[in-house]
Parts: sequence; C-alpha cells; structure tokens
Amino acid sequence: MKWLDDFRDRDRAFALANQLAEEVQPDRSYHFMEFCGGHTHAIFRYGLQDLVPQTIRYLHGPGCPVCVLPASRVEMSIDLALNHEVILCTYGDVMRVPSRQNRSLITAKAAGADIRMVYSVSDCLRIARDNPAREVVFLAIGFETTTPPSAIGVLQAKQEKIDNFSILSNHLLTPSAINHILDLSSPEDGSTAPIDGFLGPAHVSAIIGSRPYQAIADEHQRPVVVAGFEPLDILQSTLMLVRQINEGRVAVENQYARVVTETGNIQAQNLVNKVFERRSSFEWRGLGAIARSGLCLRDDYASFDAERRFDLREHKINDVKGCKCPNILRGEMKPTDCKLFGTVCTPDNPRGACMVSSEGACAAYWSYGRHMAAA
Amino acid sequence: MCLAVPAEIIEIDRDANMAVVSLEGVRKQASLALLETASVGDFVLLHVGFALSIISPEEARKTLQMVDEACGPVTRNMPRPEQHKGDGDEVA
Repeated sequence: MKWLDDFRDRDRAFALANQLAEEVQPDRSYHFMEFCGGHTHAIFRYGLQDLVPQTIRYLHGPGCPVCVLPASRVEMSIDLALNHEVILCTYGDVMRVPSRQNRSLITAKAAGADIRMVYSVSDCLRIARDNPAREVVFLAIGFETTTPPSAIGVLQAKQEKIDNFSILSNHLLTPSAINHILDLSSPEDGSTAPIDGFLGPAHVSAIIGSRPYQAIADEHQRPVVVAGFEPLDILQSTLMLVRQINEGRVAVENQYARVVTETGNIQAQNLVNKVFERRSSFEWRGLGAIARSGLCLRDDYASFDAERRFDLREHKINDVKGCKCPNILRGEMKPTDCKLFGTVCTPDNPRGACMVSSEGACAAYWSYGRHMAAA
Repeated sequence: MCLAVPAEIIEIDRDANMAVVSLEGVRKQASLALLETASVGDFVLLHVGFALSIISPEEARKTLQMVDEACGPVTRNMPRPEQHKGDGDEVA
C-alpha cells in the first residue's frame, strides 16, 4: 500500500539496526517508552525488540484508549444500555472491555441491550435519524486522534436538530498521561523504571502537533521523538533518541514529518475546543485518577451529554486483584512478571487493561509468542 | 485505536464536504470536515471515516533519504543482523 510499504522495507530496517548497534555506547542501557498502543503492536508484529541491540529496551506505555478505559466507565455504559433502553453505539474495540465479574458490552448485548458496533460517529447520527423515537448514545472513546470526529458529530447533531442523539465521552489527553508517568519515574531511588526517552505519539500528534511535548521535554529533561507507526519509523526514531542521549541533548524531534507538523491540525483543535472541555480528573485503568486528563462536553452542548441527560454516576470499581497492569503500564514490569498472564488472563478472557485490546502489551506478548521466548 | 490508513482522494463533493477515497482500489466515503483544503489525488490519513491530515510526499521522501544518509548506502537482500538476536529482555 502506498506510503506504508516504503516504511516496511526490510533492507533499510536491517541497515538501521546495524547503525544502532554501531552507535549505542557499550557501557550503558537505553530505556525508551513508546506511548502508543500502535507502536507497541508494531514493535511486536515486526519483531523490532529482537532486531535492535540488547542494550535498548522498549517499555510499553499506556497509550491504548481501549485498555485504559476503567471498569467504572464500562459499568456506566452497561447501565445506560440495559436500564435506559437506549441504542448504544460504539467502536468495535470497546465491546470486550471487562467490567466487574466479567461483564462487558458483549454480555450486556447478549442480555438484550441494544448495543451496536459502528465504524464512525456518522453511522451513529444516521441511526439517530432513522430512529427518532429512540434515544441514541455514542459511547465515545479515544485520544486526540479520535476526539475531532466526535466533536463534529455533536456539532452536526446540533445543526440538524437531531435531539435524540447524545455522547458519553471518555476522550483522553496524552500529554497529561506522559507527564503523570514521568512524575512517577524516579530512577535515582531505583524503585521505578528509568525512562531515558519517549517515542512520541503518531496520529495523536497529527492533530495536536509536536509542540505540546516541548514542555514535557523541558520539565522532565527527557528527549521525545514523534514517531510514525511503521517499522522504519520506529527504528529511525530509536536512532534519533540514541543520538540525542549520546550527545547529551534533550529536544523534541519529529520523525513523522510526512504527517505531523509543529502546530498540528488547527481546524481540528478549534472544533474540539468548541465542544469539549477538560474534566478536573479522569480515572485510567491501571494508572488511577489523573488530573485534567479527560474531556467532557461544554455547557453549551449539555443536552448532547449523555452523563447529564441520563444522570449517570460513576461508581469506583477496584482493578482485578493480582493484576500487574499498573506496573506494566508504567514500564516497571513485563507481562510475564504477572501471575495472571496466560493463566486466568488471556485475550479471550482479558482481566487486565493490557490484555484487552490487541494494542496492549500483554495481548501483544501473547499474540506474537514472546511469552514462549521468555519462558 | 489510533490506527489510520493512507487513502487517495478520488472524488470530492464540496457541498457535502465529503470525498470518495480509494484504499488500494477499495472505495469508501470520507468526511473532509477536519481539513482546510484537499484536492483529488492527495493521500490523506483516514480514521473512523474522517480525513485527519494530508500526507506530504515530499516529507516522506526526505524521511527515507534521512534513513539512507544515517546508514550509508542500503544493500539489497541484506542478511538479518546476527548480533542482535538476543531476547532483549535480559536488560532490566
């Protein structure tokens, strides 16, 4: 496929791996966190961890909005679908996210709730137009990449007076999460994972640009390289990080220049700011509450806010006992360090955040056989 | 979740601000509401039915050029680098 195949070139990948081997300093290690699930998936799919020198280790960050959706929000959605008789539309990835006692949207659908998988918020608007007598709710999840389409959905509903449409927003902000992880990362005392640099989000940055990472690089003194999702993108970005570290530089660099600019997609940012505002705090599965990390609808669009419309309340549900997702998401542990991994927690029956979506670290370990290599 | 795929704009309906895009010949509708400008022949990143940004062919070429400059001339059918076959997980 054009613009994909070029960045999956085997020979260039090997050349980059050789170059990395030449440039890494023998007396140190390099721990790089890839924030996005897209990166995690690509690292496993293309076997990149095995291609780079052994002194480079990828730490798999929390950048999968499906994985970090907490049980309390899933339970809220199940309650909405089962007890308010709405048509609940959502992206396919969300359907299997576990709530308490192995409940999920799939089990709610089996119990009779009208839950429909959609490809786009536009499909949800169509369902609302076709069913004027029913309440239709779009269960929206995603990072900055996925928020602009939701904003357009709300604006279109307002313009067309589609009054039976509303949104249950679980939209998240990546810079808040990166800051949170770096706040926890204190290599001096050895209690948490050292993070030497970040592979910055790809398609999130298409919207927000590379500029928001500057404050992170400045405050935490860690280099950030915005990286595309293809194997050459990740290897080249790794080389850029290694070079910054070897040269003692801390900068924000943009490897994914074919898509990402410094300022991002201003039109999309303006649409999002028009419709959404920051919540004071939002709960992430595995990470806990992070201040100002989630988005809800502004008062001007209150009638399209499912939480207000149906008076929904969030009830705290504890993460599964024994689950090491919090440590894995912070880069402190590997999936194989968790007793639940591959025993009670598998992709067919995920218990923890990292096993829920194919972009989670545990699911990627499982799917690409790394657990067998490690055994 | 943030998966987005490159798709070529085939037709544009300016009134509806919609385009028909081609993914290796598979045609789909895409909204252009997030782009200021777009032309037939542009490659865009398609995500949940919306074009998020236009892919810059010039920047793509520059990036590949940077890879080649960093690594020297790339040999074809290069053997898999032997020295990195370790698990990588030993480094904690």
